[in-house]
Amino acid sequence: MRDTERLEAAIEERKDSIQTKGKQKQQLKCDTNSVAGCVSQRACVYCGARVVLNPVTDAIHLVHGPIGCASYTWDIRGSLTSGSDLYRFSFSTDLQEMDVIFGGEKKLARAIDGLVEKYQPKLIFVYSTCIVGVIGDDLEAVCKAAARRHGIEVIPVQSSGFIGNKSAGYRAACDALLKLIKPAENEQISKNNTINYLGDFNLAGEVWIIKDYLQRMGLALNVAFTGDSNYETLKTATKASLNIVQCAGSMIYLANQMKEIYDIPYHNVSFLGLEDTSDSLRRIARTYNDLEIMRRTEELIKAETAAVAPLLARYREKLRGKKAAIYVGGGFKAISLIKQFREIGIDVVMIGTQTGRQEEYDTINDLVDDGTVILDDANPSELERFMVEKGAHLLVGGVKERPLAYKLGIAFIDHNHDRKHPLSGYVGAVNFAQEVYSTVCSPVWKYTGEGGGLDEQRKCCLS
Amino acid sequence: MSKENAAYRDVNENPCNMCMPMGAILPFKGVEKAMVIMHGSQGCATYMRRHIAEHFNEPIDVASSSMNEKDTVHGGEPNLKKGLANIIKLYQPAVIGVLTTCLAETIGEDIDRIAGKFLRENGLDLPIVTVPTPGYGGRHTEGYFLAMKKIVESLARPTEGHGKINVLVPHLSPADLREIKRILHLMDIEYTLFPDFSDTLDRPFEKPYKKIPDGGTRLADIAAMPGAIATIEIGVTLDERSSAGHYLAEKFGVPLHQVPIPTGLEFTDGFLKLLQQLTGRDIPASLVMERGRLLDCMIDAHKYNFQGRSVIFGEPDQVYAHSQFCMENGIYPVVAATGSKNDKLAALLSELFTDCPHEAAILTQTDFARIRAVSANGAANIAIGHSDGRYLEEREGIPLVRVGFPIHDRVGGQRLLSVGYAGTTMFLDRITNTLLEHKYRNYRQSMYDQFYQDTENCRSECAEGRGDENELYCS
Repeated sequence: MRDTERLEAAIEERKDSIQTKGKQKQQLKCDTNSVAGCVSQRACVYCGARVVLNPVTDAIHLVHGPIGCASYTWDIRGSLTSGSDLYRFSFSTDLQEMDVIFGGEKKLARAIDGLVEKYQPKLIFVYSTCIVGVIGDDLEAVCKAAARRHGIEVIPVQSSGFIGNKSAGYRAACDALLKLIKPAENEQISKNNTINYLGDFNLAGEVWIIKDYLQRMGLALNVAFTGDSNYETLKTATKASLNIVQCAGSMIYLANQMKEIYDIPYHNVSFLGLEDTSDSLRRIARTYNDLEIMRRTEELIKAETAAVAPLLARYREKLRGKKAAIYVGGGFKAISLIKQFREIGIDVVMIGTQTGRQEEYDTINDLVDDGTVILDDANPSELERFMVEKGAHLLVGGVKERPLAYKLGIAFIDHNHDRKHPLSGYVGAVNFAQEVYSTVCSPVWKYTGEGGGLDEQRKCCLS
Repeated sequence: MSKENAAYRDVNENPCNMCMPMGAILPFKGVEKAMVIMHGSQGCATYMRRHIAEHFNEPIDVASSSMNEKDTVHGGEPNLKKGLANIIKLYQPAVIGVLTTCLAETIGEDIDRIAGKFLRENGLDLPIVTVPTPGYGGRHTEGYFLAMKKIVESLARPTEGHGKINVLVPHLSPADLREIKRILHLMDIEYTLFPDFSDTLDRPFEKPYKKIPDGGTRLADIAAMPGAIATIEIGVTLDERSSAGHYLAEKFGVPLHQVPIPTGLEFTDGFLKLLQQLTGRDIPASLVMERGRLLDCMIDAHKYNFQGRSVIFGEPDQVYAHSQFCMENGIYPVVAATGSKNDKLAALLSELFTDCPHEAAILTQTDFARIRAVSANGAANIAIGHSDGRYLEEREGIPLVRVGFPIHDRVGGQRLLSVGYAGTTMFLDRITNTLLEHKYRNYRQSMYDQFYQDTENCRSECAEGRGDENELYCS
C-alpha cells in the first residue's frame, strides 16, 4: 500500500481512482466527474462530440458559441480525406456579450443561411457550447427550421460543456449520427453484405489500411464512422450487415443502438498491434462462416505477419526490458497497448485513461503484471510521481503529457489525433515499434540521466 | 488604404484569435510561484493548456473547478472552494489566479466573494487575484492585459521611491523577454519586468522536476511597483481600462510611458531613447554596434525585401510593430489584420501606411477567411504571423514566417526572437531568406514561362493566328 499512501494524504477523493495491481481488492473508481482543482487531463463534452464528428469530410461543422471553442479545435487533428476538405475549416457564431444577453438564435439562423449560400453543403452539424446551454437557445428548433428552409440536413449536437465529461460528448455525437443515418419514413432498407467500421477517424489513412485488409479477405467496407466519411456514404450505413467497433469508448453506444434499431450485430475489434489485428480479422472472417473468406484471411495474416516479424524482432532486441507508462483517452487503446508493448519486449508499469469504462479497467487489471499502477482521470502530479517511482522509460500519451515526459527525461510516444503516421494494422505495428525505438534509443538521453541536473551540467562544462 | 471593421457578423470562419481566459493565463505564468484555476467546466482549462503547452513545449498546469450540470443550477461555490483547497495541497502556490469562463460569468458567479470567503473560512493569508474573463468578453489579447492589471491592482502597495523602472510587457516570446532584460542590463538599469515568463515558459532541462518552475516576477517586486521612477508599458493599442500602467499612474502617480514593441529600427531607437531619457544612462557601445549591424543587414537585403508584399496578422501590438518594421524595409503590407476589436490599432496603421505605395487593407475583428481573400487579391507574397495563418501558405502559396502565438506546427515558438536590434536582425534575415527561398524555387520556371520561345511550336501557334501579341514575339 506504500504506493498510494502519500497521495491519499494529498487528495482524499482521488484515492479510489488509483490502484496497484495485486494490492487492492475493490474495483477502481471510474466514469465519475473530475475533482475540482486536481488538474484533470480530460476535455469537455463539446470536445468529445467534435472529435467524433469532425472527420465527416463534407459537413460544415458550425460551433454555436464564443470563439475559443472553435479556435482550439480548428484543424488540429490528422483525419485524412479522399474527397471534400470542408471539415478542415472552423466555423463559429462567435457569440458576443450582446448575443449572450439577447440570445443567439437569430444569429445562428443567419449564420446557417450564409454558410449554405457560400458552400452549398448537404449537411451541417451545429455544436452547442456551455453558453448556449445556459442562455437557453433552442438549437433543435433553429436547426429544424433551417433544414426545412434549405432542404438539407442541419443536425444539432447537444454538447454543452458542463453536462458531463468527454464521454457525454461521444454520446451526443452518436445521437447526431443516429439522426443522420435514419432512413426516410417509407424507405425500404435493402441489406447488403458490407461492413461498417465504427471508431476509426482515419488518422494518417488508418481507415484505408483496414479497408484494404477487408477487401483482400473478400469483404467490403461500407462506411467508417467517421474517418473519411461523408453525407452520401453515411446515409448508406443502415444497409450494412455487420458493424465492427474499434474505439469502443466513443462508439459502443452507437453500435448498440444500431443493433437494436436496425438489427446490425457488432464485434469489438482493435487493429493496434499484431496480436489484436490478427485476432480481429479472424473474428470478422468467422462471422461469415465462409471457408473462402477464412482461407483468404489466414493467407493475409500469414503474409503480413511474415513481412513485419523480422523488423519487430530487431526492435525487440533493442527494447527488451524497457518499462512503459500509458496515459491515453480511452480503454480500448490502453488494452491494445499493453499487448503491443509485450510484442516488442516492453513491460507496462503504469496505465491510465481519461474516460475508460469499468469493464475495460477489469481487462486492464487482468492483463498487467502485479505492481503496475492503474489510474483513472489522472493529473500531472500523479503521472509524474508514478512514472518516476516506477522507473518508466517512456510514456504514451497526448499533447499535454508530452512536455511533462520530456521534462522528466522520459521518452514519449504520440498516440493522439494529430499524429502523422498510421499506428493501425501490420504497417502500424512496425511504425509503432519504430517510434518507440526512435524515442527510447535516442542519443539525447545519454545527456539527461543522473547528470541532468544543473550542478552536473556545470561540472560537465568545466571538465 | 481601406479600413474594414466587421463589427458584427454572423460567422467567424477560421478564427484569427483565441478567447479571453486563455490570454489571462499567461501573465500568471510569469509571476513567482503562481497557480491558476479556471472557474467553469473542465474543458476550458484542458483546451487552453493544450494550446499553450504545444506552443511553448512546456508542461502547463491549470486547474479547473470542473463544474457540472448540477453546479450550474445550484452555483459553483463549493466547486471553486474545493478547487482552491486542492491546488494549495498539490502545488503550494504563493499566489492564485482565479479566472472565470463563459459558464461562470453567465450564471453570475461572484468569484471575489467566494475567494474571500474561502480565505476566511480556512484562516489563510494568501493573495488570490480574480479576473473576470468570459470567453465572449474579449479576445485573448484583452484577457492578457486585464490579468496584468488585476495582478498589479491586487498586489501593488504604497512604496517609498526606489529608483527602479517598471517594464510592463505584452504577449511576447520568452526569448524576447530575455532580450529586453539583456538590454536593460547592458544599460545598467534597475527594473521590474512584469510579467516575466522568460524562464517559466522556456525552462532549461534540469532535475528534479518542479511543478511550478522557478522564475517569474517576484511578488515583492510587484508590490513595490508604486515606488518606481516610471513605468514603461510596452503596448500602444491597449484599452486604458485594462492598462496596469494607467492604474499605477492614477493610483500612485508613477509616470507612464507607453511605447510600441521594440521591433524594427525606429521602434528600438525609441525604446532606447526613452530608457536613456528616464535614467540618464548612455547607450553602451555594444548596442550601438548592434544597431550598426542591423542597418548593415537592412542595406544588404533591401532589394530582396523590396519585392515583398506582406500580409501581417496577430495581436494588435505585434501587428503594429511588424507593420512598422515591414514599412522601414520596403516589404510593403497588402493586409494588416487582427481578430481583436481595436480602433487604436486601425488609427495607428492608417497613419503608418500613408507612405505605402499601394493600398494596404486594415482589418480588425476579422477572420482568416477574410485575410486569405484580401491577401490573394492583393498578390501578397509573404505572410508574417502565427501558425493559424498556415492556410495562406497551404492554399494560396504565400510563404509564412512564423512569429507570435500560437506556433503549433513547428518547434521553438518560445525561442523566436524579434525585439531589439539583434532580434530584429535575426527576424529580418528570416523574412528575407523566406523571400529568397521562394525566388530560388520559382524563378527558373517563371522566367522560362515568360520568355522562352520554342520556335517550332510558336510558329504553329502564330500560324493559327493568336493575334498581334504572339506575332510580335515570334518575329
